[in-house]
Amino acid sequence: MTELKQPAAARPGKGGPRRPRVRAARRGVPLPLLVPGLLAMAFLLVPLLALLVRAPWRSLPSQLASTEVWQALQLSLISATAATAVALVLGVPLAWLLARTEFPGRGLVRALVTLPLVLPPVVGGVALLLALGRNGIVGKSLDAWFGITLPFTTAGVVVAEAFVAMPFLVISVEGTLRAADPRYEEAATTLGASRFTAFRRVTLPLIAPGIAAGAVLAWARALGEFGATITFAGNFPGRTQTMPLAVYLALQNDPEAAIALSLILLAVSIAVLAGLRDRWMTGA
Amino acid sequence: MTRSARRTRRMLPLAGVGVAALLALSACSSSDGSTPAKADSSGSASPKLSGTVTVFAAASLKESFTTLGRQFEQQHPGTKVAFNFGGSDTLAASITSGAPADVFAAASPKTMAIVTDKKDTASAPSTFARNQLEIATLPGNPDKVASLKDLTDPELKVVLCDKTVPCGAAAQKVLDAGGIKVTPVSYEQDVKAALNKVELKEADASLVYKTDVKSAAGKVQGVEFPESKDAINDYPIAPLKNSKNADAAAAFIALVKSADGQKVLAQAGFLKP
Repeated sequence: MTELKQPAAARPGKGGPRRPRVRAARRGVPLPLLVPGLLAMAFLLVPLLALLVRAPWRSLPSQLASTEVWQALQLSLISATAATAVALVLGVPLAWLLARTEFPGRGLVRALVTLPLVLPPVVGGVALLLALGRNGIVGKSLDAWFGITLPFTTAGVVVAEAFVAMPFLVISVEGTLRAADPRYEEAATTLGASRFTAFRRVTLPLIAPGIAAGAVLAWARALGEFGATITFAGNFPGRTQTMPLAVYLALQNDPEAAIALSLILLAVSIAVLAGLRDRWMTGA
Repeated sequence: MTRSARRTRRMLPLAGVGVAALLALSACSSSDGSTPAKADSSGSASPKLSGTVTVFAAASLKESFTTLGRQFEQQHPGTKVAFNFGGSDTLAASITSGAPADVFAAASPKTMAIVTDKKDTASAPSTFARNQLEIATLPGNPDKVASLKDLTDPELKVVLCDKTVPCGAAAQKVLDAGGIKVTPVSYEQDVKAALNKVELKEADASLVYKTDVKSAAGKVQGVEFPESKDAINDYPIAPLKNSKNADAAAAFIALVKSADGQKVLAQAGFLKP
């Protein structure tokens, strides 16, 4: 992060938007599309710009130096990545089942699976407590048989994030699978491949871009997850305090610190996503 | 099927995911569904009250203020009391950033000071109630918690409020006063969250207010401890400068401080100011 002297006028910093290159007239951008489109862009970017303009650039280095911030950032990155991994391992097979098999009530299952998308995250957290908590329907047995308790642990953070993020991946992969031509798989099976081999060697490479897009979405969602995490896993620095939790609590008594923390989180996620884009999002 | 057609078909679900993502992300914001009432610009000295009074109040006031809000609406037909309950700090922060509110009732003088420092109150805050900490344990107190010191047992899952919210500051104060060091499993974002963890039996004990133990109605058991005298919390209330309904705001504050209001607060477990 470079030190910026705060100009009086709002001048976008490094991360600011580029002026959209409007090729006028020759290709002809219809006005009814151009105006709302630009409005949408402004709507999404102005709040971020406001963060940048109001950012306490001077105190940023000292914020960065605090161990709690590093702890929270580290925990956020690790848990979001772990949650994405869980979502991939479990979510891709689920997407395949929904897209490629016929079973009664499939539409209902699909609707139910995507419920966490619309469930308020805090409610998701309570639901997780009731299911996997020390006293929960499943959690009781986990505790009694294996001595596993998820709430208030880092594993709990991963569970909460995966619960909220997995539907993104499932929807994305399922959509890609539906759009992908099933005849390739069928050809593979007629040539003697087992269904699993066909999935592994033919389908997976075919839908890789869709999986990548879904994984990125899920990762971003997990990184920003707040409600379910604080409800299910609680808030303990170094163990369950992810970056959004740290930001929320910093906001209570030090708004400047909260803005600084948000910027750090933004910068890191943009860097990661941009890095991934160059890696394997090309052509997706 | 042509290639371009196939690509469009492949892009459609992605667009759908994008829309879904937007929808889901919007679920992350805190709700504040109150709209400022139209000011009744009759300008007379003792106007008939009408419109909405928006009251931002600390989470621990939820039960008592909801009751008082109903009383107020009965006493002044045509009025409506809209509440926004939450952590005092969050409320203070949203008031200083211009949230439309008429009355602010905080759980500590410190959080009220955030608003008065910005000169956002119409008149000086006054204390209307006080609250004392209590240990909330599981019903029947299976862990035999009898004193603050018992919370240091490493076998015990204790949750505290985060130091940034008043109940956390008070908890810190009593622990320091007793020279006791408790390592909780979590620092919760407000007192109701700390209470919920015990109600749901996920935690064994928590330091919350007497009023919260009372409001949990048997789902938790309260244990009093002498150190709680060291951190009795004053609750200040003040009308706000940007109020669109100053008369109704003043009337609501008067009700809170009246004998009727004090009775409701006492029933909820608050101490007299």
